[in-house]
Order: sequence, then structure tokens, then C-alpha cells
Amino acid sequence: MANIAHVAEHTTRSLIDHLPLLQVLVPFCAAPIIVLIGSRRLAWPLAFISSVISLIISIILMLSVREGGYITYSLGGWAPPLGIEYRIDATNAFVLTLISMIGAVVLPFAYTSVKDEIRTRDHSLFYACWMLCFTGLLGMVATGDAFNVFVFLEISSLSTYVLVAQGASKDRRALTAAYDYLIMGTIGATFFVIGLGMLYMATGTLNMADLADRISDQGANRTVRSGFAFIIVGMGLKVAMFPLHLWLPKAYTFAPSAVTVFLSATATKAALYVLMRFVFSVYHPDFAFAKNTLEIIFLPLAIIAMFSASIVAAFQINFKKMLAYSSIAQVGYMLLGIAILNETGLTASLLHMFNHGFAKALLFMGAGALVLRTGSSFYLQISGVGRKMPITAGAIVIGGLSLIGVPGTAGFLSKWLLIQAALERSSDNSLYLLVALSVVLSSLLAVIYVWRLFEVLFLREPDLSIPISEAPVMMIIPMWILAGSCVWFGFSTDLLYDFANQAALNLLGGSMGMSDSVLNLGTN
Amino acid sequence: MLDLLHQIPTAFLFFSSAFILLFLPQGLARNFVLLGTPIIAAIQIWTLGMGDFSQISFFGFELELMRLDSLSRIFVLIFCLAAFLGNLFAWHLRDTIQQVSALAYAGSAIGAALSGDMIALFFYWEGTAIASVFLIWARRTEGSYWTGMRYLIIQIMSGVILITGVALYYYDTGSITFELMELGSIATWLIFISFGMKCAFPLLHNWLQDSYPAATITGTVILSAFTTKLAVYALARGFAGTEILIYIGTVMALFPIFFAEIENDLRRVLAYSLNNQLGFMVVGVGIGTELALNGTASHAFAHILYKALLFMSVGAVMYRTGTSKASELGGLYRTMPKTAIFCLIGAASISAFPLFSGFITKSLTLSAVAHEHYTYIWLALVFASAGVLSHSGIKIPFFTFFAHDSGRRPKEAPLHMLLAMGITAFLCIFIGIFPNYLYSILPYDVNYKPYTMEHIAGQLQLLLFALLAFAIIYRRGLHPPEIRAVNLDTDIIYRKLIPSIVLYVSFVLTACFKLINIFLVSIFESLLSRFHHSHGPDSPRAASWPAGAMVISIASLLGLALFVIFFS
Repeated sequence: MANIAHVAEHTTRSLIDHLPLLQVLVPFCAAPIIVLIGSRRLAWPLAFISSVISLIISIILMLSVREGGYITYSLGGWAPPLGIEYRIDATNAFVLTLISMIGAVVLPFAYTSVKDEIRTRDHSLFYACWMLCFTGLLGMVATGDAFNVFVFLEISSLSTYVLVAQGASKDRRALTAAYDYLIMGTIGATFFVIGLGMLYMATGTLNMADLADRISDQGANRTVRSGFAFIIVGMGLKVAMFPLHLWLPKAYTFAPSAVTVFLSATATKAALYVLMRFVFSVYHPDFAFAKNTLEIIFLPLAIIAMFSASIVAAFQINFKKMLAYSSIAQVGYMLLGIAILNETGLTASLLHMFNHGFAKALLFMGAGALVLRTGSSFYLQISGVGRKMPITAGAIVIGGLSLIGVPGTAGFLSKWLLIQAALERSSDNSLYLLVALSVVLSSLLAVIYVWRLFEVLFLREPDLSIPISEAPVMMIIPMWILAGSCVWFGFSTDLLYDFANQAALNLLGGSMGMSDSVLNLGTN
Repeated sequence: MLDLLHQIPTAFLFFSSAFILLFLPQGLARNFVLLGTPIIAAIQIWTLGMGDFSQISFFGFELELMRLDSLSRIFVLIFCLAAFLGNLFAWHLRDTIQQVSALAYAGSAIGAALSGDMIALFFYWEGTAIASVFLIWARRTEGSYWTGMRYLIIQIMSGVILITGVALYYYDTGSITFELMELGSIATWLIFISFGMKCAFPLLHNWLQDSYPAATITGTVILSAFTTKLAVYALARGFAGTEILIYIGTVMALFPIFFAEIENDLRRVLAYSLNNQLGFMVVGVGIGTELALNGTASHAFAHILYKALLFMSVGAVMYRTGTSKASELGGLYRTMPKTAIFCLIGAASISAFPLFSGFITKSLTLSAVAHEHYTYIWLALVFASAGVLSHSGIKIPFFTFFAHDSGRRPKEAPLHMLLAMGITAFLCIFIGIFPNYLYSILPYDVNYKPYTMEHIAGQLQLLLFALLAFAIIYRRGLHPPEIRAVNLDTDIIYRKLIPSIVLYVSFVLTACFKLINIFLVSIFESLLSRFHHSHGPDSPRAASWPAGAMVISIASLLGLALFVIFFS
């Protein structure tokens, strides 16, 4: 397994050597198969099976790169930089695992939720789109080719627009939400591809490692510099970086519950990974302009997002919308971790990606379960429901606590690390003390909006005239799997921390370069 | 059996009992668990020697869950005792929420006292906050809901400040061990303030008088024991010998007297006097000598008992009559004689009459103060002692059981309450007569004789004159008491002046206080409405924007990014 990396042509490869490709290929093939079979009954099982296979693959990949190093896979046997290369290292294995875990956990939840919210005749197409979206997200993360990132980005985006629009059978506003997202997403993707075009113009290559090699001494090249601006703004939009977040609340609120769960935990995270990859591996913070952009633009915007979006969330009267705004604030933490520019900060950012993905998926699942039973996610309609659906509400409580970052839940670790990271920087710039303080203060805002939710769920008098039963088992199990992991990772901290730290070290190590890849095969 | 018991951190004993409670039917089985847990815990602590017993690894930190030394042991023991007595007093209760939270609360407080590092301390610190608020909410009134909310916010805030302080402290020193610290860095100041919030330092004290009287009858008894004493323990552990504590403690001992004098709700009077008693302990911590720390620890021990006794007796009255307002009570000794006697014992203890527990503990602190030559502090504390006598020692029993006859003829308190009060009262007297048993478990060796001629004479002089003053003032009824002041001996002028100065000062203080309060509340409200305007669901920030506006935001960010990239 260790040395599958660079294998001479014409050597027979075993199935296991193809894992980097299979990771993406399995869901990619599942999509047309679902459509071709066309059976509503088989759609869900096919989607679920391929998600589980993806999960297994991603775990194997993650385990094989956890000590550092990377696996490269050249598509069709064409050696990079000419051919398309898939390159798996600790960083993207970590994100791949997050995405495929969420994919596998959300699908059982989606089974009931989709039946409730989407017209029956659309089910097989819905799952086909879902698989495409899943493919796109995995592909964006797995590939080592910049243009390939764009292709997969578009695959995931286009299918996402369709998925969001499916909410229209329940609320017509899903259509405008999807439309807005389409416009914004397309502009973002266009910016990204313009940026790539500029890079291609300056270097003549699209392989990320090769790009990194060739621009390393071109820091003064204006084309290379403008490319950076376009790429970060384009990706920033996909990440929902403040103030490019305006599409997100609507899309998350009006999309079908299952779609929201899936997107909230994966889409912004995959985009964030691409952003990190470009900032640290293709470009590098050693470029003064990259460093300045992070410190002058990302850092303040991240802090503004942490406060502004949290305050909006605190005043919200709709559960799903509140969660959407809280996502924007949480993305702020992840961007802050990047902008702090040290190992601890990056580890915190990656860890937060993971923890927030879990907590947010859990909370959106809770919202979905409430929508299923009460028909709405407005606070007024879900008042006192906690007493009637204690198992669902219990899971929501754990998710909420992890969102705040209460010790004993996964969310605590990443925030703690983030504070540590800011304090590490404060020794040479005392302004970072304020940054650390702002993390603490904005967490207090999270306490407020989560507390409001608890108050609505538990302390308000329920409307006894409407009988409400507990959510179905297919929803409860995924919720409690996530709730369990939130607590488990809150106590058993080393596992995730080690992975995230290795991933951060990889990023900070810069690109491993094309020439290295020939010499340093595989993992060691 | 005992070996197995020693393996389990004491706090977990309580938590698991609280959990088991959920599955037991109401009645004997539950009461058995409620009373049994503190006993088992006390046996565990008693048989376990000194040392560190339970480490777990958390996020790369080694957490010490069981640091048993002479300082933590006495606090844990009294916490167990208080939990036992409080639960006995609440025998009649059939409320799952209160039962579970009482155990979880006691467990958190004990866990905090046993924590050898500040991260575990933080966990338990927040645990006490969360568990205890249910004792307030359990009253299930609108008022208690908001009171509980205010209480919770302040307590959680104290925890947040603590963890911030700990993070900075760890950053400064690389250590999370909970040991003696020095004020000086931001980190230690934050930790200090966090302790101070729980300890109800002056100006940080409002939550105490706000929340304790608002809890349920049995809840108040439980609440009075843990949170503040835990804070005293934390101060003694972390900041012993910090001079500023002496002055803070003195102010704490003095100012509640004024409020307590004019307060009508007897449970609130007790809450103020709780504040005042904490002042003595804080002074002891501030002095920081072995004698003073012994004074603080023993005072906390005795104080938990007699304060619980007073809260119990007032609670029993409230249980029977439904009120704790002085103006609506009086003359109850006719039908509740036993409760009256127990209340008198509690009053005598808190007033430090010889042969009662307060005497042998308070004198430790006072001697320590005198020994270090803080003359003015000593005088202030003596004055505060007289104040204690006046509001807790006399006012509570007098207006409840004697004074004018309210015409009420309630039944005697129920048996389990009498039993709880009886045991507590017995302990108060026992400790007072045989101080050596308490002295033997103090943090440091005690070489102190409370029953010397001068101690007894001095204390009796103080007490009797204060009693006399009270009697005279009461007899004179409405007459302004200043007139009599001339006739009194000079050395008790400060006590004689109480009624007039008290009324005046408290009036001014209350007015100022209210003004500040109104000011803060209005600032908060206007801030809230401004935020609601700018960030609420109808504000531009939460509205959905047309696609064009979104595109402008992209364009401007791109412009900004290009600008930074090219010109920085």
C-alpha cells in the first residue's frame, strides 16, 4: 500500500492501487446507473451503497497517509504534469473522510425526509443529482490538477442548484434561492477559472505541484498576482466568506432538509479546502502579497463574520435560518485559523472544519426532524417540542453544545486551539490578543443563540392540542451517531488532532513539487 | 469493597447516583440514594489518605481529579455533610428535577474542590452553575425563571472568565496545576475575578441576594452551602496571602449589614448575612497565615452548618405559613417551639456565643488579623460581628418567633425537617463545646485555645451590649435612638450608632444602587434594540438581497483584494 505512488507504466495494478480514482469514480458511476435503472426503490440503496464504499475508501486512504507523504495517481497512465494527477496527502484525505462520512450518515436520514418533502416521481433523479454533487465535492478535494478542480466544482455546483430547487414542492421560495445561488455560484466559478487562466498564461501548466514549482520565483509577476485575487474571491464565494455569504441563508433555509444537512457539512468545507490548497500549496504565504491578503482582508472579515452573523443568528426566529447564519459565523472561525498563519491556527481550522461539519449536520438533521413532525422550523411552531420529541431534542442539545464549544464536546478543541494560535502570534504582535478575545466573545454570542433554541424547545409550553410523535428511527440513528461522535471526539481528542496536525504540517510544508514526486515515492 | 470505592472519583459517585435516581420510583428508594450518596462519599474521603488518586489524560493535559490534601479534605467533608443534611431536610420532596440537581450540584462542588488542575476545575465550576440553577427554576414561577436566568448568566460568565484566565495562564507558564498564584498578570487577574464572582465580592454580589431567596424552600438550603464556599476554597488554594483580599473581605463583611437591617424578607436577610460571613473568610484568606487559613476553613465548616440551620428554620416556617416576610410573621414560638429553639441555636452560633460553633471559628480569624497587626481591619470585623448579631442573631428569631403576635398558629415543622435541624443544631453545639474535633481536621496544626478568659469576656461584652442596645431601641420603639447614644460607653459607640447610620447609609446606598441599576438596564436595553434594528430578522443584514447587490459585493471584494495585492 505504501508505495503504490509512482508506478512505472505497463505494470499491472491491483484494485487497491486505484483507490484515489475509485474514491471519485464510485459515486460518479452510481449517478447514471440510478438514472438508467430508473427504479424509485433501488435509487436510495444504490446511493447508500456507493456512499459507504466511498467512506471505506477514504478511510483506507486516510490511514495510509496519516504519517505524512502522499499518494499520486495518474489518470489513464499519462504521467503528470501532462496527464491529470490525483494526489492524496493527509490534508485532502482528512477532508475526503469528512465528506464521505457525512455522505454515508446523511443518506439514512434523507430516506424519510426526502419521501416527505419531494415528489415521489422525482426521487430517482434526486438521488442521481445527490450522487453527482457528492462526486463533485470528492473530486474537487482529491484531484491534484487545478483545472480538474474547476470541472468538479462545476459538477457539484450544478447539481447543488438542482437539489436546492427541489425544496420548491414545499416552499416556492426555493426557486429564487436556487436561482440566486446559481448566479452567485457561477460568478464565483468564473472568477476561479479566470484566475486559473492567468496562472496558465504565466506558467503553461495546470498541475498544482507543477504550478507551485513554476511560480515560486514569479512573485513579482502581475498576472500571477491577479490570478491570486480572482482565485481567492471566487473560492471565497463558495466558502461563504463574509460579505460573499448572501446566497447561503436562503439556499440553506429553503432547500429540502436532507440537502441542507449534506451541503452545510460538506460544500463549504470542500471549497475551504481548495482555498487552503491554493493559498498554501500552489501559492505560498512566503509571497508577501499572499500574506498581506490574508492579514489585511481575511483576518478582519473573518472576525466581522464571527460577530455580525452570530448577532443575526441570535435574533432569528427560524431554526434553519438561525443555523445558516451560524454557519457563516463558523466559517469565520475557519478563515481566522487560516489567516493567523501558523501551525496551530491551521490545525484549528481543519479541526473546526470537521467538528463544525458534524455539529451542523446534526443540528440541521434535528431541524429536518422537527420539520417532518411539525411542518415548520419557525420557533413559534416548534415551541415546547423538546418535551414531545425528547430523543431528537437531546441530540440537538449535544449539537448545540458542540457548536458553542462547551468543553467535553468536539467544538471545544478547535476553539481552544484557535485561541492558542492567536496567543502564539501575540508575542510579536499584541493585536492578536484582541483576536483571541474576539473568539471568546463571539462564542458568547453562540451561547445566546443556542440558548434561545433550548429555551424554545424545552422551556416554552407546548401546544398540547396537536399530537406530535418522536422522529422515525431512520432519522434518530444518524442523529445519535453524530451526537455520539461530537462527545467522543470531545474526550478522545488525540485521534482527530493528530490527523489535523499532520494535515496542517503538510499545508505549511508548501508544495512537494513535481521533481520531488519522482524522487520521493509514496509515503515515508 | 473499600478498595473499589477508592478507585472512583468522588464527584462521579454523585453523578452516577443522580443518574440512577432517574430510574427509581419516587419514595423510599430515592431518599435512600439521596441520603446514602453523601455518606458513602464521606466514608471514601475519610478512609482515603492524602495524595493524588485519579489522573486522566485530556487533550494532551494530565487532569488531576482527586487531589486530597488537608485543605481540600475539610471542604469536601463539609460538602458531603451539607448534602446529607439538605437532602434530609428535603425528604418530603417528590420533585425529580430538584433531587437530581441537588446531587449533581453537590457532586460538582466536591469535584471542583478535589481538582488538582484548572481545567478539571473549570468543568466542575460550570457544573455547579448548571446544576444549581434548576433549584431556582424548580419553583416554576415567572419570577424565578428570570432570576434563574440572571443567576445562570453570571455563573457561566464566571466560568468563561476562568477558562480565559486559565488559557492565558497556561500560555504564560505552561502549567495548568491549580496552586498558589500571584496577582500580576492578566491571566491571574482573570482567574481572581472569576473566583470573586462566585464568592460574591462587593459589586459582584448581586446574584446572591437575587437568587437564593428566589429558590425553593429546600433549594435555598442546598444553594447556601456550596457555590460561595467553593469560591472561598478556590481563593484559599490559589490566592492565599493576597493582601487586597483583606480589604475586599472587610468591605464584604461590612456593607451587607446595612442592607440586612432594613430587609423585610427573612431569607434575603440571611442571604445578606451569608455575604457578610464570606467577608470574614475572605479576610482570612487574605491574611494567609496558617492561623488565618485555619480560621477560614473552620469558619466555612461551621458557617455551612449554622447558615443551613437558619435557612432550614426559616424554610420550615415558610413551609408551614407560606411566607418569609418579617412583617407577616411573629409569635410563632407558641406552635413551633422546636423550630424556634433550633433557630435560636443557629442564631447563637452565627453570633458566636461561647459554647456555639461560631465562637471557636470566628475567633481564629480575628486572632489572625490581630496577630498580623491590622488594627483597623480588626475593628471593622468586630463591628461586623455586632452587625451579624443584630440582623441574623436577633432579627431572624425575634421577628419570626417572638415580637408582635401575627395571629398565625401553624403546625410544628414535619418530622424530617425537625430531624435535619436537630442534627445540624447538635453539630453546632458539639463543635462549640468540643472544638478539638474540628481543629484536628483543619489544614494546619492548631495550637489555639478558644476558651480563654479574655476571649469569653470580650465576646460576651460585645454580645451583651449589642443585645442591650437592641432591647433599648426596641423598647423605645419609634424614638430616634441617637439620643441614647450619649449615654452608652465609648467603646460601643459604633454599635450604638448602627440604627441611625444604618438607616441613613442604607437609604443612600440603596438609592445609588437603584440608579446605577436603572442606568445599566437602560443602556443594555437600548443596545439590544439597536442591535435588533441592525441585525434582527427584518434588518438589511438578515434580509435576502437581490442578485445584483450580491454581485456588487463580489466586485468590491475583488477590487479590495487586487488593491491589497498590488499596493501593499
